[in-house]
Amino acid sequence: MSAEATSDRMSEVSKKFGISPEDYMLPARHMINLLNPDGSLRPESEQGTEPGHEYPLPSPARLMEAYAALVTGRRVNDQNSALVRQGRMAVYPSSHGQEACQIAAALCLEENDWLFPTYRDTVAVLTKGVAPMEVMTSFRGEWHCGYDPKAYKCAPMSTPLTTQLLHAVGVAHAAKLRGENTVVVAMCGDGATSEGDFHEALNFAAVFNLPVIFFVQNNKYAISVPLSHQSAAPSLAHKAVGYGMAGERVDGNDLMALMAIMTRAVRMAREGNGPLLIEAHTYRMQAHTNADDDKRYREDSEVQAWIAKDPVTRMKAYLDDAGLLTDQVVAKIAEDAEAVAKTLRDGMNQDANTDPRELFEHVYSTKSTQLAEQQAMLADELDREEA
Amino acid sequence: MTATTSRVNPNVSAATARAAAKAASENQPVTFGKALNTALADGLVADESVVIFGEDVGTLGGVFRITDGLTARFGAERCFDTPLAESGIVGMAVGMAINGMRPVIEMQFDAFAYPAFEQVASHVAKMRNRTQGKLSLPMVIRIPYAGGVGGVEHHCDSSEGYYAHTPGLKVFTPSCVEDAYLMLREAIDSDDPVVFFEPKKLYWSKEQVDLEQLAQEYEAKKSAPTEGRARIARAGSDATLITYGPSVSTAMEAAKMAAEEGINLEVIDVRSIVPFDDEAVCASVRKTGRAIVVAEAQGFASVASEIVARVQERCFHSLAAPVLRVTGFDIPYPAPTLEKFHLPSAERILDAVDQLQWEA
Ligand SMILES: Cc1ncc(C[n+]2csc(CCOP(=O)(O)OP(=O)(O)O)c2C)c(N)n1
Repeated sequence: MSAEATSDRMSEVSKKFGISPEDYMLPARHMINLLNPDGSLRPESEQGTEPGHEYPLPSPARLMEAYAALVTGRRVNDQNSALVRQGRMAVYPSSHGQEACQIAAALCLEENDWLFPTYRDTVAVLTKGVAPMEVMTSFRGEWHCGYDPKAYKCAPMSTPLTTQLLHAVGVAHAAKLRGENTVVVAMCGDGATSEGDFHEALNFAAVFNLPVIFFVQNNKYAISVPLSHQSAAPSLAHKAVGYGMAGERVDGNDLMALMAIMTRAVRMAREGNGPLLIEAHTYRMQAHTNADDDKRYREDSEVQAWIAKDPVTRMKAYLDDAGLLTDQVVAKIAEDAEAVAKTLRDGMNQDANTDPRELFEHVYSTKSTQLAEQQAMLADELDREEA
Repeated sequence: MTATTSRVNPNVSAATARAAAKAASENQPVTFGKALNTALADGLVADESVVIFGEDVGTLGGVFRITDGLTARFGAERCFDTPLAESGIVGMAVGMAINGMRPVIEMQFDAFAYPAFEQVASHVAKMRNRTQGKLSLPMVIRIPYAGGVGGVEHHCDSSEGYYAHTPGLKVFTPSCVEDAYLMLREAIDSDDPVVFFEPKKLYWSKEQVDLEQLAQEYEAKKSAPTEGRARIARAGSDATLITYGPSVSTAMEAAKMAAEEGINLEVIDVRSIVPFDDEAVCASVRKTGRAIVVAEAQGFASVASEIVARVQERCFHSLAAPVLRVTGFDIPYPAPTLEKFHLPSAERILDAVDQLQWEA
């Protein structure tokens, strides 16, 4: 598709909203935000009501589903961090504080849509439907990816930053060539937007007009390096216009706003309007991983200030007010979350059970003579050990 | 470089392509480039999931015209241009392979594949392994490589060592017209990713090959698979020259010159660097008792080093002399007027033959 055709597409979309292509592509003047930190609804004027940037409130049923997943997500993060402290796994990059982003990213997709996560997106992967212990296979150090990506339509959690964004583009391109109506969400952090593959992926997606939503969790730090050191752009969402796609900023601790924005983004992408860039403003409440010392690069007061914006308490306050959280419902949600946590505890307390002979099984579709020799050598060592 | 390579009309029509195919079937000489082009076309016909993309591969047919006429014949959905971004090309191919396609992508020149190296090393090579076989990546990365064509900087690297060193990749490099066709078809059909090195200097070389018959044999699987199989390019009894890709012709030249001096050299064309045919290589060395590995790439920590090590490990008691190497120097690829001093020559190979401790 030529550059002219790309801007044609944007003018088509902008016409629907009666605004210029630039106004459509640039983020709304205010970050999209539906709930105040105390859970009350924001005044209409601040909610995301500009033409082309309108986000209706999700239905109560949808919000309840998302809230239940949010509670589970928080429980999973805290359970996994506890398991690290107990020495049950070496490392866990917690998304504590970012759970609303994780839930919205996965929950707005349909079963046949794909998710391309990073190492920090355990909760999104679980929400996509991957079995808890299969998600944890890599954190247990047993194998790099413990689930079947095709079965769950969920790619392995990528460690090399932003490389997976291009895979998302490829999945979307293949789907488009075959006439399948697949939408793909590709996730990355704020630091990752500095990588070359971020640029290549956004550019490819826009040029080929593909249904990919690039979902950036701006949690303010890339390990120790603050956002100001990654980008001098007005916002990360502003980068979208440079590629010929729409970008939007959203409060990443506001589950309602995230659900609203992602639901619309998925619909827009599925209708053939091309890719979108969503920047969610959130905060990493804990260290990068347990190997990180975050006191070296940020003040504790800064972390404390974000407690007031917590996504779980905010959503709970809204639903309480709306009378949707009866004692019975609250108990059921807690029980479901606890069940997942128990699965993780029980699973992680079991010894790993991997056969070293399998090391040679998945290098090629058929084993070379050299690999067969090496496998036999290891098998012999193991046999001698057992004898 | 690009300008000097445009020897074929970029706007070649389907009719011209058909005429060329007909000529081939009448057993006219066929170029190496045409064999690759035919393999791509036949691959597109054989399997709907095959897609070809890269920089300038569409209307132009690639800077070497290897994808000539494919967009015209198969449409822009099957063979298309991408933005200028090598990591993007490889990364997108990964996703397309995940989602059921068989991408065959072109890196414009050897040294311009380096921006994509992360995708290749971190994902292309590892996806099957990390997912315990749940995701395979059937894709071909075609890389025109090596020198001898007077190319400017970054257009003549022999980068096969980087890829051969990366488990999970297959690495092929054909050296004759027949193999150009057969090995590319095999690469496209492979369920594992293949890095396919095309010696640039061979693109215009011609041989008497019946491509149509070759295609029929391939479809009927009558032709012997080349993957993992070395080829005896010249049978001999006194010493073995082990080589591949662009160096095969140099080794053949050296063997011809040696024959005039009464030395009968065997030339083994490795063909598939990964997987590697220890059996054929070692059988030859056991027979001759002497071996020299010839390759254009710099010798330090190279494919040539690996072959020497394997031969010494496996054939020590058959060897009458140390296994030697004749390779490029350990220098960045030199400027065009100097490349002849860097590249292994037949004379340099013969000098090495002289050092093989022949008894009086
Ligand atoms: C290509 C690459 N370079 C460096 C790293 C090491 N690394 C892991 S996480 C990280 C910071 C990433 O920050 P960001 O993208 O903001 O995501 P966050 O961890 O905050 O979720 C770095 C530098 C990596 N994983 N990949």
